[in-house]
Amino acid sequence: MRFMWFHLMPYKDLPTNFKQDHNSIWVDVDPKLMSPHRVHDYYNEFLDELEYADECGFDAICVNEHHGNAYGLMPSPNIMAATLARRTKNAALCVMGASLALYNPPTRIAEEFAMIDCISGGRLIAGFPVGTPMDTCYVYGQNPSMLRQRYLEAHDLIMKSWSATEPFDFNGRFNQQRYVNVWPKPLQDPHPPVWVPGGGSVETWAWCGEMDYVYSYVSYYGHVAAEATMNGYWDEMARQGKDRNPFRAGFLQFIGVAETREEAVKLYKEPAEFFYTNCLHVDPSYVMPPGYVTEATARMKMKSQVQAAADRSQILGSVKNDMEGILAEGYVLIGSPDEVADSLRKIAKKFNVGNLLLLLQFGNMSKDVANYNTKLFAEKVMPQLRDLFEDEWEHKWWPKPLDQSMRTLPRTAMAAE
Amino acid sequence: MERTVDVNGRPCRIWEKGEGQTIYWLGSGPMLLRWTQFHEAVAQGARLVACSLPGYPGSMGHDILDDHLSWCLAARDLLDAAGFKQGDVLMGSSTAGALAADVAAMWPEWVGSLILVAPFGLYASDEPTRDMFALHPARAAGMIAADTDAYKAQLAAPEGEEPVVWNIMVVRANEAAARFLWPMGDTRLNKRLGRVKARTRLIWGEGDQIIPPSYGDRFAKAIAGEASTVKIPGGGHLVELDQPEAVAKAVLEFVA
Repeated sequence: MRFMWFHLMPYKDLPTNFKQDHNSIWVDVDPKLMSPHRVHDYYNEFLDELEYADECGFDAICVNEHHGNAYGLMPSPNIMAATLARRTKNAALCVMGASLALYNPPTRIAEEFAMIDCISGGRLIAGFPVGTPMDTCYVYGQNPSMLRQRYLEAHDLIMKSWSATEPFDFNGRFNQQRYVNVWPKPLQDPHPPVWVPGGGSVETWAWCGEMDYVYSYVSYYGHVAAEATMNGYWDEMARQGKDRNPFRAGFLQFIGVAETREEAVKLYKEPAEFFYTNCLHVDPSYVMPPGYVTEATARMKMKSQVQAAADRSQILGSVKNDMEGILAEGYVLIGSPDEVADSLRKIAKKFNVGNLLLLLQFGNMSKDVANYNTKLFAEKVMPQLRDLFEDEWEHKWWPKPLDQSMRTLPRTAMAAE
Repeated sequence: MERTVDVNGRPCRIWEKGEGQTIYWLGSGPMLLRWTQFHEAVAQGARLVACSLPGYPGSMGHDILDDHLSWCLAARDLLDAAGFKQGDVLMGSSTAGALAADVAAMWPEWVGSLILVAPFGLYASDEPTRDMFALHPARAAGMIAADTDAYKAQLAAPEGEEPVVWNIMVVRANEAAARFLWPMGDTRLNKRLGRVKARTRLIWGEGDQIIPPSYGDRFAKAIAGEASTVKIPGGGHLVELDQPEAVAKAVLEFVA
């Protein structure tokens, strides 16, 4: 089992009445709420938390991309990954990910990912998301009807640019480059493992299977609501004749560990309610631009009443935001180390997932609490689950970094040694 | 009468009814879902040829049109296939109105008269259009039409129709419009309206909540040909649905 510490980097100082007084946390979120001074504090705290996760033995630390969003302060995840590349030693660096269709030319992503891979000694996981409608279509103005086609073309261009041994021309449907010549190439040969974060799109399942990429279901709605999606993914793998290697799949879950369940409720109630009250307060007008969802997926969702009800509930903001509801729906998994380990084992087996993307900082959780959560999880939960799947299956989608002895270390690390 | 023509190798649907002066109409998505009182009223006084652009109800092929030139050529090809001849009357509404205006600008000698009903294509930051692609699901109907019940009925699957198939047709039409109008409905028509020589009538619902009725004046001012504007009381953006008789009258008077 691989444990991946995932940060959203939320703006923690939203006003108490944010949901009542403001339209949305995304797209048109009020810029007057933001203090760059506080963001300075946050960035350094959050990067500390990620670095601490590396020290505690998490297999990967993860960053992601959002735009015009107060719960995700990383318009450029690559900047974060670059600084982490210098300040961490062991953890894989999972950029989950860079929205390929937003960059013109997309070779910018090929270059930046290659740089991170080289700086870190080959620790990059290259996440290739299509991107949310809020980020890509509304804030970045991309046409929802062409987003997926642009994404696929950008992917082809990036992969070719990493493998090419000579400069080449690319005359695509959306991109024209007379001279494609990416310097440097990634350190991992032939390229960093590719992971695709997704919602419940049938095309994404199929494409991940065809390309042999990891599919990661990145949802904030926890394990209870995830069953249809994870089953849909594995059904598609079966249809394609793929094996059931659990390392093909990732799953995101919010976690709060404490010595006892009672203590956990006390500790994580406020940050959980902060997240599910404020951070999911998204104007439904920005959720479904025409063409963002393909006809095949729209058809599947129309036919599935369960899926349609879940979508409606999420779109219209009827998600639970009190601790009792949050726990009942499984959005956040809390408890003593044994309870959390037990629940995660069941979830991992039920969904057949070998990569857990774990949110151990969420909402307005302080650095001290986040570090406590991280340490307790690393010391008392991880060891109980560490061997799960590892004996039966090979993880073919994990970075292959240089041996430590072959790496050039950053100056501070060298001085310390 | 319904027929299908070929545009870029994809089927596009054409409805026609009536006799006399022919009006070739590039209709909006919602107004091409079913034959309405508006269609009937126009067909009482003229021959209405209602053309569904690629991806609009009854038509396919929006997904191969990647740029604005391709859309303009597709609109021209569709009209050609429908039988449009030099000097004929062209009408375009809402989203499709932007392309009707462009056809008249790109081939100014070809279009004899032009009718535009609340067309997209312009955008003024000092008086912005509403973001039609970001309407709150609970309030969208009221933004698009003054008569929300009529609008909801227009969108609802008819009895006997498979709801999923019907709803996919609605979704596809929205996508097709977004494909050439995203993100703000500004197709840079302001650069080309000066090429429009056709005698033009602009029709606007007085209560249009998507495109302010004052845009009618912006269009009229920019068009080189003689342009007149009719503003319809009690009409929203989908004014043909809200006030079918009044819009049909403004159309028929113009072509008489």
